[in-house]
Amino acid sequence: MQLSLGPLQYLWPRQQVFDFYEQMLDLPVDVIYLGETVCSKRRELKTGDWLDLAANLARKGKEVVLSTLALIEAESELKTLRRICRTEGFLVEANDLAAVEQLASQGVPFVCGHSINIYNTHSLAFLIRQGARRWVMPVELSAATLSDILQELAGQQLQVETEVFSHGYLPLAYSARCMTARYHQLPKDNCQFICREYPQGLPARSQEGEPLFTMNGIQTQSGAIYNLLDQVPRMRALGVNLVRLSPAPSGMEEIIRSFDAARRGEPVQVEVGEPTCNGYWFAEPGMIFKSGTSL
Amino acid sequence: MELVCPAGSLPALKVAVDEGADAVYIGFRDNTNARHFAGLNFSGDQLHQAIGHAQDRGVKVFVAINTYPQPRGWKNWQNAVDQAADLGVDALICADMGVLEYASRRHPGVSLHLSVQGSATNYEALRFYQRHFNIRRAVLPRVLSIQQVAQVAAQSPVDLEVFGFGSLCIMAEGRCMLSSYVTDQSPNTGGACSPAQHVRWQETPQGLESRLNGVLVDRYPTGAKAGYPVLCKGRFDVQGQVYHAIEEPTSLNTLELIPKLAEIGIKAIKIEGRQRSPAYVQQVVRVWRQALDQFRTTPGSFEPKPRWQQALDKVSEGAQTTLGAYHRPWQ
Repeated sequence: MQLSLGPLQYLWPRQQVFDFYEQMLDLPVDVIYLGETVCSKRRELKTGDWLDLAANLARKGKEVVLSTLALIEAESELKTLRRICRTEGFLVEANDLAAVEQLASQGVPFVCGHSINIYNTHSLAFLIRQGARRWVMPVELSAATLSDILQELAGQQLQVETEVFSHGYLPLAYSARCMTARYHQLPKDNCQFICREYPQGLPARSQEGEPLFTMNGIQTQSGAIYNLLDQVPRMRALGVNLVRLSPAPSGMEEIIRSFDAARRGEPVQVEVGEPTCNGYWFAEPGMIFKSGTSL
Repeated sequence: MELVCPAGSLPALKVAVDEGADAVYIGFRDNTNARHFAGLNFSGDQLHQAIGHAQDRGVKVFVAINTYPQPRGWKNWQNAVDQAADLGVDALICADMGVLEYASRRHPGVSLHLSVQGSATNYEALRFYQRHFNIRRAVLPRVLSIQQVAQVAAQSPVDLEVFGFGSLCIMAEGRCMLSSYVTDQSPNTGGACSPAQHVRWQETPQGLESRLNGVLVDRYPTGAKAGYPVLCKGRFDVQGQVYHAIEEPTSLNTLELIPKLAEIGIKAIKIEGRQRSPAYVQQVVRVWRQALDQFRTTPGSFEPKPRWQQALDKVSEGAQTTLGAYHRPWQ
């Protein structure tokens, strides 16, 4: 099983991004996804910067995948998408069907990110025939559904790599409205990149103080961190190929090392210091956490 | 432009037809459609009656089979497609690629519309769906400004249907999991946003509380009208500020955009509200029929009448309406 680093969801200052990925070079992550998937207004790294970073990390031995915008609404966003899709030497992750359309038309293999709605084997088989070489399971789907899909797929002799989002705040929704700008009473068109103030999003709690959501610009994330560390053996048994960890502004090394230990078969335990959840994996409400469960 | 109206029940359907709908859209009584609520939708005899009643009066019937089957449920969606095709409805409104593939191969003569649940917000995504599944029409998610809708329309390979009135989804439809994060169902998986069995209203000393699976969504002063607790309309605490962090209860209303929508070539206006009462349907369809007829008669001087607006406000969430994402400053 491989460890992957999902695309950075937040807006970090430019130097912080470079420092972060420099640190990743020495850590046991096999695949690194790079690129802006949330908001096209963000400018700390332009497309060219992401491509340069990709070349740099690839030269130093990491498999790099270029990721793309999940919600595509403007012609300028389609232009950026086309530029990324036409970049040679890298797999591209499609997070919107515009990317699937572009990549399939080019006849190149690609990755379906978790924002591509693959809920059953028919959809997955269809996309494999279009060139999908890897898919990331939609975050609200369960181990039971994954098991069903992979079993049915084996019966059809279709090959694809399966990746599962296993650690981080869950991307739950995308909007036209920027929630972070709204909190600051700024219009989206003059947001002043205020989301840069929140390196891991802006928490929104219920009126009873319960952590509920995390606002990250136009993206709404879970209020608890999704953590499938203790499910790695189950994932291996199911045939999952990549375990995805979402970049965090601190503690990333510890997260990576614990998942590395898990995939090498060492016993691990989920630390439940901050709000943690794993409900989706068990076909339960996403926000809950089930502990001490095994195969 | 075609007026496409919601029908969650036979009375609502009849009212929609009477008030001048050009088409009605319905669902079967199960989770193959994204309004799977108790007491809603059609099966058996009522289904035949409904289709007959509409088509006999020259009104089209679309069937929504727009949720996302998982492997275990696949057969139900396949059967729903077959049943709808056999009933001779005018179109199927679908989202899942597997369902679209099945419908287009097995029933190539039946028109396929892409549901808003297909989450296609640009013309490349529309090209994808058109190329592979021969969709004739697509419903656009409510995340585009009117300028962006115009850009999509200019390049779209298919006819476009846009929401004109009703409850407002804030998130790109088809990819919103707020509901399943808190309950165990999303529109994609269970056909429901904020499923009713998880909803509670409770009078407390702090006021009337609305909860979803135990999570406090909002608190209202005692005696105030409490809305249905959908998470995107809740009031949350952000660093000590309690407010509608995502959106206030409001309804979408694009009456004033009718001339613009016609200009950019929109094919159909969709009224949201399969879960609403026949009274709602009657009120809304009547106003929109008048508005569209007036526009057709005097396109150059179209202006929404104040009494139309008042009638719509009465049936709107929070008794207010908005242009939503169509209007850039809302974003």
